[in-house]
Amino acid sequence: MNSRLGKIWLTAGYLFLYVPILTLIIFSFNESKMVTLWGGFSFKWYGVIIHDSEVVNGFFLSMKIALMTATASVVLGMFAAFAMVRYKSFFGRTTFFAHINAPLVVPEVITGLSLLLFFVMCERLIGMPERGIFTIWIGHTTFGLSYAAVVIQSRLLEMDKSLEEAAMDLGCKPFQVFYLVTLPMIAQSLMAAWLLTFTISLDDVVTTAFLSGPGSSTLPLVILSRARLGLDPTVNAIATITVAVVSVGVVAGSLWMSRQERRRAAEQAEAYREGMQAISA
Amino acid sequence: MATPPQLHNGKGTQDMADSVANSTAREDDSLFVRIDRLSKHFDEVAAVDNVSLDIKKGEIFALLGSSGCGKSTLLRMLAGFEMPSSGNIYLDGDDIAKMPPYERPINMMFQSYALFPHLTVWENVAFGLKRDGMPKDQIAERVETTLGIVKLKPYAKRKPHQLSGGQQQRVALARCLAKRPKLLLLDEPLGALDRKLREETQFELVNIIKSVGVTCAMVTHDQEEAMIMADRIAVMQEGRFLQVGPPSEIYETPSCVFVAGFIGDVNLFKGKVIVDEPDHVLIETPECRHFVTHGITGMIDMQVNIALRPEKICLQSHEPTLEQRESPKEQGYNVARGTIDGIAYFGKFTLFHVRLESGMVIKASRENSARHEETQLVRGQQIYVWWDGSDVVVLAN
Amino acid sequence: MSIASSIGNYGIVQFLKRNWGRRSVIGIPYGFLILFFSVPFLVVLKISVSSTDALGIHFQDLTSYANGIFELKIKLSNYIFLTTDPLYIETYLSSIKFAVINTLICLIIGYPFAYFMARSPATMRPALLMMVSLPFWTSYLLRVYAWKGLLDDNGVINNVLIWLHIIHDPIKMMYTGFSMTIGMVYTYIPFMILPVYATLVKMDLRLLEAAKDLGATPWKAFWLVTVPLSKNGIVAGSMLVFIPSVGEYVIPELLGGPSTLMIGRVLWDEFFSNNDWAMASAVAVSMVVLILIPLAIFNKFQSDSGGARGL
Ligand SMILES: Nc1ncnc2c1ncn2[C@@H]1O[C@H](COP(=O)(O)OP(=O)(O)OP(=O)(O)O)[C@@H](O)[C@H]1O
Ligand SMILES: [Mg+2]
Repeated sequence: MNSRLGKIWLTAGYLFLYVPILTLIIFSFNESKMVTLWGGFSFKWYGVIIHDSEVVNGFFLSMKIALMTATASVVLGMFAAFAMVRYKSFFGRTTFFAHINAPLVVPEVITGLSLLLFFVMCERLIGMPERGIFTIWIGHTTFGLSYAAVVIQSRLLEMDKSLEEAAMDLGCKPFQVFYLVTLPMIAQSLMAAWLLTFTISLDDVVTTAFLSGPGSSTLPLVILSRARLGLDPTVNAIATITVAVVSVGVVAGSLWMSRQERRRAAEQAEAYREGMQAISA
Repeated sequence: MATPPQLHNGKGTQDMADSVANSTAREDDSLFVRIDRLSKHFDEVAAVDNVSLDIKKGEIFALLGSSGCGKSTLLRMLAGFEMPSSGNIYLDGDDIAKMPPYERPINMMFQSYALFPHLTVWENVAFGLKRDGMPKDQIAERVETTLGIVKLKPYAKRKPHQLSGGQQQRVALARCLAKRPKLLLLDEPLGALDRKLREETQFELVNIIKSVGVTCAMVTHDQEEAMIMADRIAVMQEGRFLQVGPPSEIYETPSCVFVAGFIGDVNLFKGKVIVDEPDHVLIETPECRHFVTHGITGMIDMQVNIALRPEKICLQSHEPTLEQRESPKEQGYNVARGTIDGIAYFGKFTLFHVRLESGMVIKASRENSARHEETQLVRGQQIYVWWDGSDVVVLAN
Repeated sequence: MSIASSIGNYGIVQFLKRNWGRRSVIGIPYGFLILFFSVPFLVVLKISVSSTDALGIHFQDLTSYANGIFELKIKLSNYIFLTTDPLYIETYLSSIKFAVINTLICLIIGYPFAYFMARSPATMRPALLMMVSLPFWTSYLLRVYAWKGLLDDNGVINNVLIWLHIIHDPIKMMYTGFSMTIGMVYTYIPFMILPVYATLVKMDLRLLEAAKDLGATPWKAFWLVTVPLSKNGIVAGSMLVFIPSVGEYVIPELLGGPSTLMIGRVLWDEFFSNNDWAMASAVAVSMVVLILIPLAIFNKFQSDSGGARGL
């Protein structure tokens, strides 16, 4: 279709996606406390946040929970993906699929509320667990598991099953097959699942709000409480740092991936060419 | 689930294995793989149905059949990826049917090659040796020799995706050979190659296998490939063997209509027996009267098929003379008149479609050598087709 | 067939060992989700129909057995209240309304966007794609917050418009349906663009040429070929936008106002402000029902068309 219209549409679309982020960044360098009026350039708010113990503690808590969540989600998600792909019949398989998909569609207010009420009940019955890092971790892992399972499952589905058979044929016992062949084959998807669940956990507010206890305010909870009250330049500074870190990571990651892909394609083409030459020779 | 095969009264599996091993040792020293009444059912469907087979040491044996006939299932039972529903497999006298694949001295080359993409050629070939706990220096030596056999030494450091299709195929072969298996299994070994490369590779593959001396069972649905590569062929249909034998035997004396049609081109005449003598039979078909110079196990009035290969048919513009005939008794038989309906030139030979007076169209081929040049045949020409009574095969319905 | 099951049994020891592996591969994630997803929901279900004791703190058991009488007490007043109180009904309808509006706007903006992305030069596509998914990796909370700064009475947009003398008094945009919708569209539009793009980029362009060859105008070819072929992407994208928008809490909290009733926010307030656990639970249960209906329609739609997996 019309390529001019296309360019306009794409430009407008990307402006829509990026202008809000850009204004966030610009006003993080604002001298004035008035977030929307320019009062001169300054790094003032960055200084403020690194001495703001609420922010710093929140950041480290969030990182810790995200690390724990991503790791647990990838392990459990890998199990779940294997169960879905490799075991074509077991008791309650349909329900199993429902359990994997449900956390992806049920609103977080519901997962958060139900887990909280569950933990409260547990606490009354057995005196455990206290609300805090552990309960948040469990909460994040319920949906992290599902995301990880979906990512890993799609990789397992496309993997050539004869690779595993070949390994066994060459003398691998079942567990050796897993760590010598299957694991390297799905490693990239494990990494992707890890990063995905890490960011989801790092970003989560709603479930966290339900499950956090006294003294366990993650960074998003700190941001939410400040954002509720109105505009706050420290939030802009936090946003800028986040955007910077993420952009560098994502851009570097995708550049690396596309380089790998290009190199691979070139090598394949080269091998094919050599092969054709060998035939005609 | 595997159900134990029916055993003879009072005899255990081990006894039976021993007795088989002993008896095979007595009968034929080279008898190596013995498949005994092997079946595999998927739910209710029998993919392999009560199949028995012996493979000799050093032999290349091909399982040939159309898609879904159970070739792969049989091969995968040998490799250990599928458990037989019943029956036994003996390798060199040992019952291996219940051994897991990683303990069997058998290696399989997969149709997709299944090369490990994260390992180099060298590591791929060494993979199986490392699992056996072979010392490092021996592994290196073995990998070197094996790569030498398949002429891939210069490529040792490459990853599979940096190789062409033919090279990948040779890595897959080397990976199997390095383990010095007692039995090598090939599942559609050349299926992933394009046509030209395929023809070249067929001979090369046979040469390598023969030079190593490994016993080999392969699966293919390409009859030409089976004929070129195998010492013996089993033609399979719906999980059963229709015929087992050397390529020439299967081609010349197919045991049934399906085998005749599956291996090469064939013309089939349908008719009934009118005279049945020990040394010859007369059969009447709408096309002509047939004089077949070998006896059959049948009776008068039985409905039969006569199979005749296109290259056994002679084409000429006049009736065959007595001198041309194999025996004077055949004069007046094994001949029909027709018109040339189509001519296809294939280089080495030309294929003619001849419409006989009965309406049947038969295929006849003629080698393109200088001898025939004087008798150019053209489309629409009236001609005679005839053949020798010893060149046909009579098949029951 | 799995490897493990196709290999069959080599002996009882291996059989048990393998079964042990298989059991844990299935059982561990299954158990985790049952314990931390299903059971908690049953707790919610129970609390939503439980009566409290005299102090109003402890929930009583649903069943009791005394003197040979088995009693089952279910308190339905929360649900009766939910279905009769106009505020709740209005909130449900309003949640659906905003979710539908959000989905439609995402489709109207996102579809052409995905289309133009898919038709741009192949060398540019990875970069374009990355730029759509980049915001997804940055904090969603911060992206919603960004609109606060833009739409506020003293926000960037009003300031710029006043500075340009286009307006004299700030336009009221914040805490309205407008600000909330814009926040939702902004948050969810990548979820529409990505699946639609995925179907469009796979499309065989020769089909369009064939259509044009048969005399279709470009516009007609677009409607008769491109759009039907991208149906799966549209359905998947719409679901990915619609379902989470219904239960959205953060966006109405930060950008919405008193007039933008959303069910997720009501649940939150029942719980955190009113401390009414039973009511919050009843709202949660009815929300699940509310989500299950469109999901069931979606699944039916998918199985009818045999289409791609949505989630
Ligand atoms: N794992 C399985 N589960 C159920 N049925 C199977 C399985 N494997 C094979 N079959 C069935 O068994 C029959 C034989 O299959 P097999 O793969 O052995 O055929 P094949 O001769 O190798 O065919 P092809 O040339 O297509 O590879 C087929 O009907 C197939 O559908
Ligand atoms: Mg096969």
